[in-house]
Amino acid sequence: MIRLSIPEEELMRSGHVACQGCGAALAMRYALKALGKKTIVSIPACCWAVIPGIWPSRNLEVPLLYTAFETTGASISGIKAALEAKGEDDVVVMGWAGDGGTADIGIQALSGMIERQTDALYVMYDNEAYMNTGIQRSSSTPEGAWTTTTPVGKKREWKSTPKKNMVEIAVAHGIPYAATASVGYPEDMIRKFRKAAEIKGPKFIQVYAPCPTGWKMDPSKLVEVCKKAVTSHVFPLYEVERGVYTVNLKPKKTPLKEYLKMQGRFKHLPDDFIEELDRKVEYQWNLLLKKEEFTHRLKEELGSAQLVFDKRE
Amino acid sequence: MAEKMLTLTGNAATAWGVRLSRPKVIAAYPITPQTTIVEYIAEFIANGELDAKYIKVESEHSALAACIAAENTGVRTFTATSSHGLALMHEMLHWAVGARLPIVIVNANRAMGPPWSIWADHLDSISQRDTGWMQSYAENNQEILDNMIISYKVSEDRDVMLPSMVAEDAFYLTHTVERVMIPDQDLVDEYLPPYEPEYYLDVNRPMGFGSLVMPDNYFEFRYKIQKAMDDAREKIRRAVKEFREIFGREYFGLVEEYKTEGADHVLVGMGTLVSTAREAVNQLRSEGEKVGLVKVRYYRPFPFEEFRDIAQRVSSIGIMERVMTFGYHGPLYNDIAGALHPTDTHPYMKNYFVGIGGRDITVRDIKAIYWNLKKSCERKDAREIEYVNLAGPGAMPVEKEAVEKKEVVQ
Amino acid sequence: MKQYTWEEVLLTPITTVPSDEMNKTGGWRTFRPVIDYDKCIRCWICWKFCPDAAIRIDKEKEVPVINYDFCKGCGVCANECPKNAITMEKEV
Repeated sequence: MIRLSIPEEELMRSGHVACQGCGAALAMRYALKALGKKTIVSIPACCWAVIPGIWPSRNLEVPLLYTAFETTGASISGIKAALEAKGEDDVVVMGWAGDGGTADIGIQALSGMIERQTDALYVMYDNEAYMNTGIQRSSSTPEGAWTTTTPVGKKREWKSTPKKNMVEIAVAHGIPYAATASVGYPEDMIRKFRKAAEIKGPKFIQVYAPCPTGWKMDPSKLVEVCKKAVTSHVFPLYEVERGVYTVNLKPKKTPLKEYLKMQGRFKHLPDDFIEELDRKVEYQWNLLLKKEEFTHRLKEELGSAQLVFDKRE
Repeated sequence: MAEKMLTLTGNAATAWGVRLSRPKVIAAYPITPQTTIVEYIAEFIANGELDAKYIKVESEHSALAACIAAENTGVRTFTATSSHGLALMHEMLHWAVGARLPIVIVNANRAMGPPWSIWADHLDSISQRDTGWMQSYAENNQEILDNMIISYKVSEDRDVMLPSMVAEDAFYLTHTVERVMIPDQDLVDEYLPPYEPEYYLDVNRPMGFGSLVMPDNYFEFRYKIQKAMDDAREKIRRAVKEFREIFGREYFGLVEEYKTEGADHVLVGMGTLVSTAREAVNQLRSEGEKVGLVKVRYYRPFPFEEFRDIAQRVSSIGIMERVMTFGYHGPLYNDIAGALHPTDTHPYMKNYFVGIGGRDITVRDIKAIYWNLKKSCERKDAREIEYVNLAGPGAMPVEKEAVEKKEVVQ
Repeated sequence: MKQYTWEEVLLTPITTVPSDEMNKTGGWRTFRPVIDYDKCIRCWICWKFCPDAAIRIDKEKEVPVINYDFCKGCGVCANECPKNAITMEKEV
């Protein structure tokens, strides 16, 4: 009796040209298992624009629109509008962009898409740098990391600014559903994707997708580093539904140092810096727990969650 | 809806053109002087007179990106912009061509800043001439509406599949009221059938659109674009002819010749300056001058055959351009010179920069240009460029014939 | 890369050929995973975590089977197997 914890059907074929142990590839595999064949995907310039292979190779069993770098938010608005005009309301439109194409150059289009309440799912697969162009820093690169544009060097210039919190930015727009997910937790990820697909309106999911190449990491540790990210509180798994926070996993804390040690991109960091960083991580974690507490309490007091103007039919 | 005559601004005529062409998705961002286009469209939709999804995008770049995505999903789309908005769209203008999507844009020709200027100038659309968009320039509000319908027809032809830009001069057309005949909707539907692309995003036929191509094959995709642009010339002529047969209005194809029979000298122009030039040519002809006018309706694809034919019949060509491109001469001058080079015909040619940044072009100005052209041709003047009405040294000298003639009330 | 003429290509680069017919990425390997079926408890964790979907489920025998045409040898399956039933052996 074969019992699987995730859907069996593969909608992503082998033979794609992602690196060994690529988190982004695994993320798409899970995303399509969750959403099924009636999905149209829009992909800007990023690793995933190359992963399907060089023309005429395709590795997805769903239609794929390749677009310019910053346009994902606008592109999914366009696809959805066209489908609505054609009367095809049961197709899920998914924008699939990297952290660079979302948090930096693509943030305007994302913001527009959420504000207009486009009924589509925007997924940011987060490998924490511009990986496709050779590991340059993005605003999603964590503090302390080596990248080719923050190459440490003699002047100790690693990424010095904190990681941009895209889920919070989406929530600030009044988005009906935003969440974090991780390829190390496929069941949770698939549950969230399916939930998002059922909701009418804009949805945002940030998927933790480690890049062994860019993180200077052993590819076989792909899933292990995901778990360490969650237990050290660096990448908590949580959902925000109409402004109400739910933290999905409250694991026993592991020291940040164990997480950082797995990746060569952090090897230059002195211990006192790591301690400081761990304190910052704990602060954000506790803030998140408090948000969960008070947003649930507020919902009880007021009788309903954040007033989002529901899309009129 | 039967045909009717309305008095409309160019922007309102554009909105009517949109309504008649029945796009299913419109994405637009406001910019002076295009703003009333998007306002009229929003009103049409809100009143149920236009069945389209209107995406209120947050920038022009996103406007064209959304149109591209929607067109790729298999529906007809539209957007409108001007000047800096068109410049912001530049990356996506390239994309629409490479993706072979027959989108139609109306561009209100407005100057590029700095200095900030909201007035008529062709640099915005001329800057996009390399992208592969077909470009037509309207002389009056009727032509904007008609050009839009013709553009959709030509663009969506399976042998063409290139996007089109319909240009209208800022304020001279966008905000000026003229009589416009709104054609019968049923006739428009007959002339312009629904958009049915061969390939589009379809969950029953999963494919990827716009992938990475190695140098081995990129050239071949681009050659197809070149071929489509070349084939478009005949398609345009045929579409214009069919338009006359159905709607009764004659547009003569890519180029219109006005009073060129027996002309020694011709003036060439695009956009609203042509309508002023008609009046100037009429007056000069009544004074006995053998002058004609060539209206360039389509700048891309470039009507090189028409110019080779005209060049054989005239001694000189005066090219009036409401745009200054930098580095060497103006766009029309360079293209005409290029077209004539392989032939044996080389009439005297002179480049006139006039009306830059929306400066008024009067009948008197055009007559002065004519006299300058005629005299320069006779003198075999080596000066290739004239800056009409420039304040300061280097401006076009005004010939005495242009001054001595009786003042005409404009 | 195959040279196509301009008449052969479609209007725009549309991808139509399945990747598993075009790219045998198994050639990328330095190490190959080998499953010891005596230790395997059929938890399917290896199948679940493969970024290349290069492990398939044999329905008849009820075992995971590695597709060596595409396996890149990343080692995630070996690292995640709860019974250490997968070893990474040097590719010869």
